[in-house]
Amino acid sequence: MEFLPLLIGSVAFAVFAVRAVRLLHAALWLAGVSILISLMLYRLGAWEIAIIELSVGAGLVTVLFVFAIAVIGDEAVSVRSLTPKSLAAALTAAVLILLCLFLFPLPVEENPTVQVETTFAVSFWQDRVLDALLQVMLIFAGVLGVMGLLDDPKPRVAASSAAQAENTAPHDEESIADSHLEEERV
Amino acid sequence: MTETLLLIGILALFGVGLYGMMILHNFIKLVIALQILTKTAVLAFVIAGEMNGQIQLGQSLALTVIVADTMVAVVGLALAVQVRRHFGTLDIRALSTLKR
Repeated sequence: MEFLPLLIGSVAFAVFAVRAVRLLHAALWLAGVSILISLMLYRLGAWEIAIIELSVGAGLVTVLFVFAIAVIGDEAVSVRSLTPKSLAAALTAAVLILLCLFLFPLPVEENPTVQVETTFAVSFWQDRVLDALLQVMLIFAGVLGVMGLLDDPKPRVAASSAAQAENTAPHDEESIADSHLEEERV
Repeated sequence: MTETLLLIGILALFGVGLYGMMILHNFIKLVIALQILTKTAVLAFVIAGEMNGQIQLGQSLALTVIVADTMVAVVGLALAVQVRRHFGTLDIRALSTLKR
């Protein structure tokens, strides 16, 4: 029962994040969800994951959200539904019922073989090397994403328009000269 | 009992994220709903590892999901910024060119 307040709080924060009118408020509610989930992870004994979730999920991602909202403006969004709300609710309920059918009753082992001798670091760096490589690739993709976030297309547009003007100017002069020649011939 | 409670909470969080993904049409709000879904996956991996006795495996997979989740957020936000600059709006319905 020690997880009950954390669970209720995280679900409530998630609802607030989805229903928030302003984007900045939604990002802050999402940070609240991340903090409560990291607290749950800490209570479950996954200390490393809790710290990473707290620093990355609640820290870095929130900073990125606030930065992006500052760049594009915190416009108020309508909570008008893209699909009919009744259809969305019915589909969500159907998915949740299917998940409940898969999950319950819980397949809990009587005597789970807990791997006490291996630590998280050993398991991650020796048994899950492919995951580490995948994470390196994902981080590179994220760096490219940040470059896209910081990229300003305006100077390129100005440069390309200036280049077009330079390209068209001689062409115009040539056409004017051709027209003069045609007039002289006439 | 604790595992059942946690799984019910995970299902509730998953439902909120999925419902948000279906009803929202603002690009950044969609990324936020996707973040809720992936945070649910992180919690589910750790709890599944606890239940099956493979704690380290669950935590390793949860770490991978956190990294992937962060990168999805970064790329999604970059897309949102570029969409706002090119289309002038964050409404995903403006991206649909099939109707024109």
